[in-house]
Amino acid sequence: MRRREFFRKSIGAGVATGAALSIGGYNKLWAHTYSSSEAYDLVAVKGGEPDVMFDRAISAIGGMGRFVKKNQTVVVKPNIGWDRVPERAANTNPVLIGRIIEHCFNAGAREVFVFDHTSDTWTKCYKSSGIEKSVKDAGGKMVPGNTENYYQEVTIPKGKKLKTTKVHELILGSDVFINVPVLKNHTSTKLSLSMKNLMGIVWDRRYWHRNDLHQCIADYATFYRKPDLNIIDAYNVIMKNGPQGVSVSDVLNMKSQLVSTDMVAIDAAAAKLFGMEPNIVPHIRIADEMKVGTMDLSQLNIGRIKV
Amino acid sequence: MTTSALKKGRVVVSLVFLVAFILTFLDFRRIIPESAINTVTWLQFIPSLLKFFNVFTLGAAGFLVVIVLTLVFGRVYCSSVCPLGIMQDVISWTVKKFKKKRKRYFSFTKAWNKLRYGILVVTILSFVFGTVLLVNLLDPYSSFGRIFTFFGKPVVIGLNNLLSGLLAKIDVFTLFPVEIKPIPILVMSIQLFILGLVLWLSIFHGRLYCNTFCPVGTLLGFLSRFSLFRIRIDSSTCTHCGLCGLVCKASCLSTKDQVVDLSRCIYCFNCLTVCDSHSVIYGLPEGKKNKSVNENTDSKVMEGTDLSKRKFILGSAAFALGMAGFSYAQETPVNEKPTEIPEEKEFPVCPPGATGIEVYNNRCTACNLCVSACPSDVLQPAFMEYGLAGIMQPRMDYWLGYCNFECTRCLDVCPTGALLPMKLEDKQLLQIGIAQFIKENCIVHTDKTDCGACSEHCPTKAVHMVPYEGTLVIPEVDDKICIGCGACEFACPTTPYKAIFVDGNFEHKIAEKPLEEEIIKPDDTEDFPF
Repeated sequence: MRRREFFRKSIGAGVATGAALSIGGYNKLWAHTYSSSEAYDLVAVKGGEPDVMFDRAISAIGGMGRFVKKNQTVVVKPNIGWDRVPERAANTNPVLIGRIIEHCFNAGAREVFVFDHTSDTWTKCYKSSGIEKSVKDAGGKMVPGNTENYYQEVTIPKGKKLKTTKVHELILGSDVFINVPVLKNHTSTKLSLSMKNLMGIVWDRRYWHRNDLHQCIADYATFYRKPDLNIIDAYNVIMKNGPQGVSVSDVLNMKSQLVSTDMVAIDAAAAKLFGMEPNIVPHIRIADEMKVGTMDLSQLNIGRIKV
Repeated sequence: MTTSALKKGRVVVSLVFLVAFILTFLDFRRIIPESAINTVTWLQFIPSLLKFFNVFTLGAAGFLVVIVLTLVFGRVYCSSVCPLGIMQDVISWTVKKFKKKRKRYFSFTKAWNKLRYGILVVTILSFVFGTVLLVNLLDPYSSFGRIFTFFGKPVVIGLNNLLSGLLAKIDVFTLFPVEIKPIPILVMSIQLFILGLVLWLSIFHGRLYCNTFCPVGTLLGFLSRFSLFRIRIDSSTCTHCGLCGLVCKASCLSTKDQVVDLSRCIYCFNCLTVCDSHSVIYGLPEGKKNKSVNENTDSKVMEGTDLSKRKFILGSAAFALGMAGFSYAQETPVNEKPTEIPEEKEFPVCPPGATGIEVYNNRCTACNLCVSACPSDVLQPAFMEYGLAGIMQPRMDYWLGYCNFECTRCLDVCPTGALLPMKLEDKQLLQIGIAQFIKENCIVHTDKTDCGACSEHCPTKAVHMVPYEGTLVIPEVDDKICIGCGACEFACPTTPYKAIFVDGNFEHKIAEKPLEEEIIKPDDTEDFPF
């Protein structure tokens, strides 16, 4: 069903995107609901457990009801790339994922899907990460991301190096897309952040690696189906030897979390949390130049919460 | 015990074993726990025998049990425990069911003694003198394993993919598609020939494979001559109806002479069930009045028309061509600039637990159970990578996958002790090969853009990035901590040649533990840096 549904929707989506662009940017779609003083562009939380921090962050940014309407389908995309236990922080925190799903259902979601196109054997990753269990406990559905049949070819009109790529049908077919990367050091891209996390929704990552990785990451971020919400998990952070880490000694218990609708802004803020200037990460700089979002945090209305 | 109960018992036991083996080799989702697999394979004669001598453990004493069973009850192994034997029974039974025109019956034939004992002796001698090749080709369990891994699994995965595609449309994801990994076509052809031989013999000649080519069958048959319980014909009550001879799959029962060739009898008990006068008896021998067939009769060439042989050869050639459809070439997306320097591997990479290529080549019977069990799909049967002697023995194929850092499944299921069990922490330091970097092929060098896929996938960070031109970083390999898992080679995106590959270690070594260094914490972790 989903495939047909998707084709039907994509026509509508094209119209909607055009309309959204003409009134000046995706975020403004919500402007009528929230006055600018209330609606934060970005919320940062520190000092709590992942679920507690998320409760605070999501309510500060307007509640899950702002993103998920009654009877909608939601896809949550954590990083589940590696066959590692939660303490190693190579994958998104399972407690956080569980809590996000609970919020989605409380907001009236019909179904919540979770998947990642993993690097290690996916069945092992889903299990070891603890995410499979917390998704099931919260009532969500774990979906495989391991075979090409699930992926649909899309074009990226604004892409410079990446013109077409195959995207998981759940991303294209679900009403709401929530992106939940884990902040960590990364040998290929310096940091693993929200734009980098989208490498887990496409089929052929090798193409990106082969054709100017940072440009491809920024190119993909211009694709119309952006995440409706980004949540960066910085509870436990791999500070070196990323993206897997070699041992727990690579992990810092940072107890932080970021929430935003702007991928560039949230990535810039996460880089700062990590102790790195955003413009050092090439894909953040390129995405800013391509007007995917803004990395100038001084322009943004930031909510800062200490738990 | 009544005679029919004997046969029913045999059928039940054999079907339990057959189903267990089929599930074991077709378990493409790797759900079956290692302990269950070990239980299923424990009684297999050759794997157990090899493991006993490889590991020197009583845990591998399954073959001793088989010997004792044979000496007490006769050669029951071949009808009840051996998966290839049971498979042949199922095939000939099915063919018989569907053959309406003319039912096929068996008749007594003379044993091909020179051939079967010749094969047994040559197999043993060749093994003693260092090659396991003949054992690999002839061991019924290993042959069965390869048949189901090479031919059964792709079919089952294909069906699974079809069904999961339909289910996905209604948002059911309990089944999911799985990639069919290609088996080298020449490797498949060898097994196809063996399968063809087994099929042909089982359809037209009952258990001739087991009584001629199978070294286990010949060996147990020899022991069976001295067994406590035997099948014999009571000539005082026998009515010479000849039914028992017609149902004898082993063609070892001579109704004319009222004798059973115990060296070939596989104890299927069909003759017992069919005898109305209860003259075929399974029990302790009665004095010496029962004759036994002269073992030293000259081997006589079996009758068989050339036509059927020709058909068989033609048929199998056609089938081989058909199977070529399964083995598709790997998709090779082309770089903007194709790489130019080929990877030169001095040695293939043999699986962890093998201790080294030479030892492994002498121990592995190529049952391909590890290929079936590997959750990362990195194990594939070799063609000539190990040379002729190591044909079909699994090797690490890093184009298809890489060895999962947290996994020891192949070592845990290996029934022959070719892969010795290891603790996970030991396996994580086991160096089965060393990564070699070809700078001239690397994206960072050729395109001057960031990549780092190799280092990203490296579980020990033996492959790490060092400063290159400008802000670029390029891979470097630390030989001492590299374990040769192949994650770097798998992840490397360059074509047609990779910029990083693993050269096998002829002898496996122990790598050093990666250093654990203090992390640099960002300043002011108390407040927000923005």
